[in-house]
Amino acid sequence: MNNIVVAPMLIPLLTAIFLVFLRPYLKIQRFLSILSIIATAGASFYILDLIKKEGILRLDFGGWLPPYGIVFVADSFSMLLVLTTVLVAGILLFYAFSSIGQEKEKMFFYPFFFFLLTGVNGSFLTGDLFNLFVCFEVMLLSSYVLITLGGNKIQLVESIKYVAINLLSSWFFLLALAYLYGTVGTLNMAHLSLRVAEVGQGPLLTIISILFLIVFSLKAGLLLYFWLPGSYSAPPTAIAALFGALLTKVGIYALFRIFTLIFYHEPEITHTLIGVMAILTMIGGSLGAIAYNDIRQIVSYNVVIAVGFILTALAISGEVAMEGAIYYLIHDILIKALLFLLAGTMIFLTGKAKIEEMSGLIRNYPLLGWLFFVTLLSLTGIPPFSGFIGKVLIGQGAIESGSFLLLAVAFISSIFVLYSLLRIFMNCFWGETIISEDNHVQLKKGMLLPCAAFGIATLVLGLGVEALETYVSDAAYTLMNPEVYIEAVLDSQK
Amino acid sequence: MKINDVILRTVTKIVVFIILTFGVELFFSGHNDPGGGFIGGLVLSSAFVLLYLVFDIETVHRGVPFDFKKIAAFGAFLAVFTGIGGVLFGEPFLTQAFGLFDLPILGPTELASVLLFEAGVAFTVVGVVVTIILSISKDV
Repeated sequence: MNNIVVAPMLIPLLTAIFLVFLRPYLKIQRFLSILSIIATAGASFYILDLIKKEGILRLDFGGWLPPYGIVFVADSFSMLLVLTTVLVAGILLFYAFSSIGQEKEKMFFYPFFFFLLTGVNGSFLTGDLFNLFVCFEVMLLSSYVLITLGGNKIQLVESIKYVAINLLSSWFFLLALAYLYGTVGTLNMAHLSLRVAEVGQGPLLTIISILFLIVFSLKAGLLLYFWLPGSYSAPPTAIAALFGALLTKVGIYALFRIFTLIFYHEPEITHTLIGVMAILTMIGGSLGAIAYNDIRQIVSYNVVIAVGFILTALAISGEVAMEGAIYYLIHDILIKALLFLLAGTMIFLTGKAKIEEMSGLIRNYPLLGWLFFVTLLSLTGIPPFSGFIGKVLIGQGAIESGSFLLLAVAFISSIFVLYSLLRIFMNCFWGETIISEDNHVQLKKGMLLPCAAFGIATLVLGLGVEALETYVSDAAYTLMNPEVYIEAVLDSQK
Repeated sequence: MKINDVILRTVTKIVVFIILTFGVELFFSGHNDPGGGFIGGLVLSSAFVLLYLVFDIETVHRGVPFDFKKIAAFGAFLAVFTGIGGVLFGEPFLTQAFGLFDLPILGPTELASVLLFEAGVAFTVVGVVVTIILSISKDV
């Protein structure tokens, strides 16, 4: 028992509730938000360090022991993601301060921002499948509010699709949970793993696992990403960045958890299917990324490519590939937030969204241009930026297991990423400037500094891989050896 | 044309109290029987919704001058707060406690901290349901 485990979910939850009461006082809301982020980040870091010393931590809510009660389980994998989430959310808050506008701030922007964070952190931490469903719902409900906040026509159009598709997938989620509970009689993840191993993963359980695969693919944007580019380009920049950075990652996390902890007995069926879906996702994402001329669409399709790329690691399922996937997940949360911020800032500055209508931005905003260049390098996976190590390790894992098709598609998709972003870079930043002296919009410091912070973060993450190495290898080890996780959860002495 | 709804108004004035009493009854019975904060809260909020339907929003607001969004937030706070209570005593998050107390009029009574948690749930449900009904009743 260790109550600190619930802190990364509890602090944002309390903050969100308090901020509802402070509706008219925007300054206090901002101040409390920052304070809360710092506290959450501190707690997350403390937990991560504690795991290194004491192994996987567990908290039984209300003292009800697993498998009957709700448990929160903190292992290195989940805590690395929680920590990254909180830090990225903190930087995005600063961007929101200067860009979101008073009207939206007064309509409970900050409370829902923190409710979203509550859901995301809860999903990462929970050790119970039904609780995962609840945390998903908390996250999705807040995202419904955030996507419609402001009520522009395009937002409402896209949000109807977004809400409909997510309701459908939540319904499937519930259905899959009911099937699973009816079959093996438990929903605690560690207990599920034990029971599935005991009875063997027969055809029935494999079909249930595929149902889960469909559910989380819808959330993560694996193959079933048709809803994603539209919805992610509708809301204001700070919110779009939050979605692009975090929401698909929660789905990816759930896929990793379920297919390494519970349904790992029939890799010929499930993991092959994941591999095929990953390949199709990368192909589709690459086509989308080079087909559109709207920056927001290009950026959204880049999210799709990354989802496919990360899931190749799950299809390969080796320890090296897992390490790569974890590095890449952390990197991708950072860099997608930066990419969305840059795209949004460019649209804010020029008032245009099509790449052929912009040009010469680097003359007016040199730092913005260079930041975009850094993003481009980092996303493609060029050292010393953070994308490099993840790509190398996933590639190494693919070669070790002989999955050459996955390897080829994954690395060719990187070239498409490079091309799609170079197209933005060359069209928008090079050439004659379109902005005359009178139309020059001052780039606010509050917008530029968060972008710069992300730019520095990707460099630091790239150079400081060594410091993360112990945590990541522990996380990958736990993922590949489910018994470590099971023992930590079901050991009633702890 | 004004609709003649004397019967509806008169009946409502009495029925609202019956619904409210039933809601409270459901809320308390939830400790050992079917019922509880969520169901009790739904019934309580149905009383408010009936009031809003029969009388107009302004009239009801004069009688019940609360911001229901804040009631929802207060309920959520109450529920989370009882969870933290356990943490303060060194127990796991959400641990509930109960004990027997000798109260002046009621005699020996079992008091449980889960009652506060359930009250939080009930407040949240009332706040959210009424807010939803009020929001969709407004013309855009």
